[in-house]
Amino acid sequence: MADLSVNFAGIRAPNPFWLASAPPTNSGAQIHRAFEYGWGGAVWKTIGAPVLNISNRYGGLTLGGQRLLAINNVELISDRPLEVNLREIAEIKRLWPDRALIVSAMVDADPAAWREIVMQIEDTGADGIELNYGCPQGMSERGMGAAVGQVPEMCQLNTYWVTSVTRLPVIVKLTPNVTRITDPAHAALAGGAHALSLINTINSVMKVDLDTLLVTPSIGGQATHGGYAGPAVKPIALHMLSELMCDPTVRKSGVPICGMGGIQTWRDAAEFLLLGASALQVCTAAMHYGYRIVEDFIDGLSNWMDDKGFASIPEVTGRSLPQMSSFGGLDLGYQAVARIDPDKCIRCDLCYVACNDTAHQCIDLYSPEGVRVNPGFDIRDGGKHVADGRPRPVIREPDCVGCALCANVCPVDGCIEMVSVPSGRPSVTWDELTATRPAVTQEWGAMEAYREEAGIEIH
Amino acid sequence: MERSSPVVPESEVYHFQEALPPLTAHEATAEANRCLYCYDAPCMQACPTHIDIPTFIRKISTGNLRGSGRVILEANFLGATCARVCPVQELCEGACVLGKDHEPIQIGRLQRYATDHIFDRGLQVFTPSPPTGRSVAVVGSGPAGISASAELAKLGHQVTLFEKRELGGGLSTYGIIGLREPVEVSLREVEAVQNLGVEVRTGVELTDREGLDVLLSQYDAVFLALGLGAVPALGVPGEEAVLDGLAVIEASKVEPWRLKVGPLALGQRVVVIGAGNTAIDAATVGRRHGAEVEIVYRRTENEMTAYRHEYEFALHEGVGFTFLTQPIGVEVEGGRVIGLRCVRMGLGHPDASGRPRPEPVPGSEFVIPCDTVIAAIGQEKPALAVDLGLALEKGYICVDDGLQTSEPRVYAGGDCIRVRGSASTVMAVQDGKLAAASIHAMLGAAPAAAD
Repeated sequence: MADLSVNFAGIRAPNPFWLASAPPTNSGAQIHRAFEYGWGGAVWKTIGAPVLNISNRYGGLTLGGQRLLAINNVELISDRPLEVNLREIAEIKRLWPDRALIVSAMVDADPAAWREIVMQIEDTGADGIELNYGCPQGMSERGMGAAVGQVPEMCQLNTYWVTSVTRLPVIVKLTPNVTRITDPAHAALAGGAHALSLINTINSVMKVDLDTLLVTPSIGGQATHGGYAGPAVKPIALHMLSELMCDPTVRKSGVPICGMGGIQTWRDAAEFLLLGASALQVCTAAMHYGYRIVEDFIDGLSNWMDDKGFASIPEVTGRSLPQMSSFGGLDLGYQAVARIDPDKCIRCDLCYVACNDTAHQCIDLYSPEGVRVNPGFDIRDGGKHVADGRPRPVIREPDCVGCALCANVCPVDGCIEMVSVPSGRPSVTWDELTATRPAVTQEWGAMEAYREEAGIEIH
Repeated sequence: MERSSPVVPESEVYHFQEALPPLTAHEATAEANRCLYCYDAPCMQACPTHIDIPTFIRKISTGNLRGSGRVILEANFLGATCARVCPVQELCEGACVLGKDHEPIQIGRLQRYATDHIFDRGLQVFTPSPPTGRSVAVVGSGPAGISASAELAKLGHQVTLFEKRELGGGLSTYGIIGLREPVEVSLREVEAVQNLGVEVRTGVELTDREGLDVLLSQYDAVFLALGLGAVPALGVPGEEAVLDGLAVIEASKVEPWRLKVGPLALGQRVVVIGAGNTAIDAATVGRRHGAEVEIVYRRTENEMTAYRHEYEFALHEGVGFTFLTQPIGVEVEGGRVIGLRCVRMGLGHPDASGRPRPEPVPGSEFVIPCDTVIAAIGQEKPALAVDLGLALEKGYICVDDGLQTSEPRVYAGGDCIRVRGSASTVMAVQDGKLAAASIHAMLGAAPAAAD
């Protein structure tokens, strides 16, 4: 059985599944229960400056009947007295010495304030400190949270104030509400961060209630933007994670990254690991289903690793990263085409309409007799037998650009596959091409000449 | 409607509730979201009225219920009835692509959900076009008549709908048990057609050619939606003691107390002769009445004309089946039925219908003890068709592709033209649409009749 234990910047845990700093880690009683369920660690809900929370705090995204594809919140950091939190942190660490217990903190941009709280955290026996530079609302207006994370100089300075006074590993949690995620990451590293974590929540307005016309969540008739999280944000998180993992400065620093943002199953977790995460944090999934979900996280990841022959988490971490490139590094000579498995096809014709309306018009319909037909039907006909005479979609391969829209709309797993075919074109990347023939980037005439020479036909 | 006999307390009158409850909002949304929204979808092709099913289901999933109901009713004005009585397993749901390796979408129940939304709120989804000055008489207010009337009214023609009975709705009102369709549903459809400006005259019967000529003199066109005749005679001794299955079903819907007293009163041991959908319905009424019910059929399970799901429904209701049995006489004693004399049958060579011909087994006579015999062995061809002097085909009114009869301004549709194929409400609705389109085209071409 695979070894799921992790050593993240010196923070050890029996598995990589940690609860993120959020409502699930609000109290000692909660974290105690979570650890009983098997969570490998927890990042205590951010402690620091005094705050007051408001009601209500969450907006949910429902799509196609599926609830909570994302949640947004206007909740602030812990509103429980600092002393109570510190006492409970110490208690939990004493009860659960093998689990990672990290304390998230946020105070005014003042070295004395940081020093004070860092000392208090160290006294609890916690394993590490996470600096919350992400909170997108409430705290940022007070110069904390995203207000720090969005300004590299502030990020560096605040981080330094912490790293210069503590012996604990310091994780800087980044906000995704920036144009380039590498900027605050570099700043955090310059400030001495021992690790990074991402993503914090994304600025969002979740919805407007069509009955009341109120923006949700409505706080006494008023609304504000909140932090967006949950399954819907996973692709953004994966992008930012891989962006950092491919960044030379981050790579050179060797700091590990704790990935989070929409991890709802062990499958999501494995994707974060494959793109470079060394540990993981989960929040929305636990808020949706409770702590119990960690059982399948551990079981599923372990079984998958066994199937794949991965013995440990470090063997998985970053395994898929070498594939990441920029557009300029992709092979222009590569060609894939869609192929439809006629035995799996259920004749919904969604591929046909998608290709015909919005892609490259390269799917035809053929009757069972092998005759190419148009959509439509005989209005004099009726009865379930029409399903037997239903035409099937067939790719006209020479005209298929391999866009993969059909494969994405097909509701049947494995029915439409993108198959690599010889293109007859030279294997060359955009960067190589433009280095040797800069004119193709400047003149359509030069581009057309190259296309003709390379045998590239555009439909 | 709300009539009771003085001798039958209201508490003893049956109240048929629909066998299937309406979908809840959650169920409907979840089911609608399961639909793939196929392009050029097979369900839509399979529906004889070609309702744009993926579109109406999509609208349920987006919470646009009024739009959803409108999509249904545009293609099928009797969408609420069809949602309940259509053999969906043979039509839309039978063609659903999800049926290939999973459960088809519950199209019928979703259709009921959307049309209920319209009717429960009394929403008007159609407005008639400006008057064309043309008038059409529609004879018969069953599904074909209502459908044609609605389409013609929407096009701006003045429509008068004649119904010989007290209530409009024809088959939907009188011939479908309340478990499948409560009478309120069909009456709401009659009301909907009235809301389009159609004048519904009940208690008026077309009886002969003279009557048709009068209609032709008063209206620009006539649409005949006559339906079928009575249950044919069995031709066995004691016949007069046999109840008509259609009458039993009708009573169960509009005057349920009549199943308790008088000539239609049901006993405790009921035998139903025939194995079509009407026989199943009559047998179900007997079960709900509290009787032991046996269906007697001269062929086997394989040849019976009831749909498979109807057969299973009957079994579920506790109806017994005796196959390969032919009634040869009703045993009556002191004016009361005491049994049904039958003979065992064997299957011989295929007959004209392509099914094996049942043949009596000599010396196999026996009596099924019972106190009620109900016959549901089909319906006679419309006798009126002969009297009207129109061309006939195998006893049904002969029409062309545009549903025009041998008379230029006379059209016909529904069961009275159903020479071949199974009769069904949804096909009658489609006939009404096709006839309305033909009549509209004809009226557009012809000069208006002088007042």
